[in-house]
Amino acid sequence: MKTNGIYKTKFKNGLTVVLKEVHVAPVISWWVWYRVGSRHERSGTTGISHWVEHMMFKGTKKFPGNTADREIARDGGFRNAMTWIDWTAYFETMPAATIDYALRLEADRMRAALFPPKEVESERTVIISERQMYENEPTFRLSEEVQNAAFRVHPYHHEVIGDLADLHSMTRADLVAHYHHYYAPNNAIVVAVGDFDRRALLARLKTLFGEHAAVERPALAPRPEPAQKGERRVTISDEGETAYVTFAYHAPAATDPDFYPMVALDSILAGASSFNMFGGGGTSNKSSRLYQALVQTGLAAGVSGTLTPTVDPYLYSVFATVRAGQTLEAVEAALDAEIDRMRREPVSADELRKAVKQAKALFAYGAESVTNQGFWLGFTEVLQDYTWFENYLPRLEAVTVADIQRVAQKYLARTSRTVGHVRPAQPA
Amino acid sequence: MPKKKEKKLTTAANSLPGPDDITRRELPNGVVVLARENFTSPSVVVDADLRVGALWHGREQAGLSDFTAASLMRGTARHSFAEIYEQIESVGASLSVSGGTHTSGFYGKSLAEDLDLILGLAADALRRPTFPPEQVERLRGEILTRLNIQANDTRSRASEAFYELAYPGHPYSIEEDGYPETIRALTREDLIRFHGTHYGPRGMLVTVVGAVSAEAAVDLVAKHFGDWTNPAQGDLPALPEISRPTAIVKRHVAMAGKAQSDVLLGVPGPARRHPRFLAARLANNILGVFGMGGRIGHEVREKNGLAYYAGSALNGGLGPGAWYAYAGVGSANVDRAVDLIRRELKRFLTRRVTAAELEDNQAQFIGRLPLTMETNEGVASNISSMELFGLGLDYLRRYPDLIRALTRDDLLSVAQEYLSVDGYALAVAGPE
Repeated sequence: MKTNGIYKTKFKNGLTVVLKEVHVAPVISWWVWYRVGSRHERSGTTGISHWVEHMMFKGTKKFPGNTADREIARDGGFRNAMTWIDWTAYFETMPAATIDYALRLEADRMRAALFPPKEVESERTVIISERQMYENEPTFRLSEEVQNAAFRVHPYHHEVIGDLADLHSMTRADLVAHYHHYYAPNNAIVVAVGDFDRRALLARLKTLFGEHAAVERPALAPRPEPAQKGERRVTISDEGETAYVTFAYHAPAATDPDFYPMVALDSILAGASSFNMFGGGGTSNKSSRLYQALVQTGLAAGVSGTLTPTVDPYLYSVFATVRAGQTLEAVEAALDAEIDRMRREPVSADELRKAVKQAKALFAYGAESVTNQGFWLGFTEVLQDYTWFENYLPRLEAVTVADIQRVAQKYLARTSRTVGHVRPAQPA
Repeated sequence: MPKKKEKKLTTAANSLPGPDDITRRELPNGVVVLARENFTSPSVVVDADLRVGALWHGREQAGLSDFTAASLMRGTARHSFAEIYEQIESVGASLSVSGGTHTSGFYGKSLAEDLDLILGLAADALRRPTFPPEQVERLRGEILTRLNIQANDTRSRASEAFYELAYPGHPYSIEEDGYPETIRALTREDLIRFHGTHYGPRGMLVTVVGAVSAEAAVDLVAKHFGDWTNPAQGDLPALPEISRPTAIVKRHVAMAGKAQSDVLLGVPGPARRHPRFLAARLANNILGVFGMGGRIGHEVREKNGLAYYAGSALNGGLGPGAWYAYAGVGSANVDRAVDLIRRELKRFLTRRVTAAELEDNQAQFIGRLPLTMETNEGVASNISSMELFGLGLDYLRRYPDLIRALTRDDLLSVAQEYLSVDGYALAVAGPE
């Protein structure tokens, strides 16, 4: 299948391959995505997907220790990996002439990572340290508590980093089993964007990945979250002087038609934001309704909204930093007033037009580098397929003011939200 | 579909920006415009520096330069705050003005068709700000809230302590953001005076990269900034001499409710224009960047599992920016991490790096050039640096040879000139 320069195929072993030639600079961004994240974890082994990701940097027989770090760095490339609720992704963005090393590396570590016992133990403390870094931030502790409260049943309940108890108790055998179960061609998507010849690259990928056998995977269906019947509240105490307030509402999944009116709603309420984790440039939110109502009135020092495209229904949240000298209660009341207005009155046609124009600009920025494009193609394959990416703007353009009011009424109800506060020990 | 042969046209050596494809124009009032075209995407970035910053005021007015820069977009003779942001955000663009130590500036990104709008709004902000009293007070509240957040952040607290120890009596020891007491004391008149006497076209640099012809970019900058004059604009302040620590100076900032500590250990380093800066940068890469945090990352994170992040950094800049090692570690491991960093420093100062290390790091510096030039942001930042630091517009073309010329002895001697295990500043912020 080939549309708009994007070529997609599936190998016999189930590996999905998405390629796009871009000959702007002599650079290639190469990605491997696995459909595994905290969504696939159970109590007792929370954080296991992220820990496996760390272990993928500890070598295979063919690429022992940290030789890959050295090779990729000396070729002038950069690499990283990310674990998220729905997926785990690895990428190398390299000068085009040196890409073969990264192709071989990913093909090998799909099945042959070693998990050296000593490295497992050393990484245990590194990850605990990573968790402690997050815990230093009151806003992390707030979002963790809000997520815990909002999801009682679905595995979106816990943070990707995992619970400390599990980080202490998980074993090497747990990690290896998780790896063998999920790291397989029929659970993976490979993406390349950049300065290559498609046919030559495809032949190379067949050689490198074709030998991996598909694994049998029991169908995984995370336990669905039952409808929330009543507001939930959590409060964090903090030694700092700053208070924060957040509202988190259950939101539609990325493939739900309601997702697009929610994007427009977020843009009008809290400002436009890009879904690309590599940004590429955005716009400020000072003309948004929440900024006008909270920051311009001197109640808050900042405000934002977050809508995330996810496989299962996740959360839409708004977040405000209480300005020194103001109260949580005053900020919460102002947030409530704006959200109630969103439910009560249709937005104006001008507001909607602006949201669409903003989305177009952000979309253009988000596709500027090959790394950004690689992110989009893989990310949307995990959600559905790359046509999600291609159809994003047309679907957003089709949203009406009535759609926005309808989704506001459907999703932004007080009875199905979680309210979170960070309450300072000594308010400023 | 392009063929292999055609692809060769985009190889690194001739796609690097240089004097033949960067347009450089000096306007009569002193503004230097640099432009490079790139029509592969529909956007444009503009990156501008002005010679004004925190060096132009003392500790008693700490935060004045930042506060002034942040006020400029809050209302102008032509537009209210709301109108300014409605125009920017309606087209999905961004524009921000920010203050620094040696320079302040603005940065914008938009679709190419909106460059005129962005430059017009930036010129209004820089040349015709009105400092509306209610906006100044709103901003003051936001800054005070931000200072509260930083006071509760281990990295910010460690950094503040580090600069006080490493740069005693030097302007770099003053927090650019200011302190609650100085922010409370600054008046609207202070901001107006600071703007009136220091903001001007002399030394201003505007770089435009993107889907706009170079001539059009120069014309647009000239349209908005070409007739700007400010006879009151003062000269560059002199930077006091720096003295490197001759002993170990330490500070621990105790913070309740924290899970781990941030550690910074280092000294004042070479400025970007210093002849040995590149040697220091390559040395630093081996010490604390290459792969996963260089030698320090390898010891602290990979071998001993003490930290999620550990490495070293060299700031450079117009003055003697810091050269320091850093790590985020559990409080029980702070001493061990510091010992490991000291051990690595000692080894680094005693023996030359290996030939393989030198070669790997040289290859990385040269090999990554095409990646840093892939976006308009990357190109603009490189062009601005070449001009700001006086490196010459052919610098990127000469760069591979400059890197290849560095030797193991160069790296050892530059490390010995700056770093020491007996004289450095050590700041730790975290649990008691």
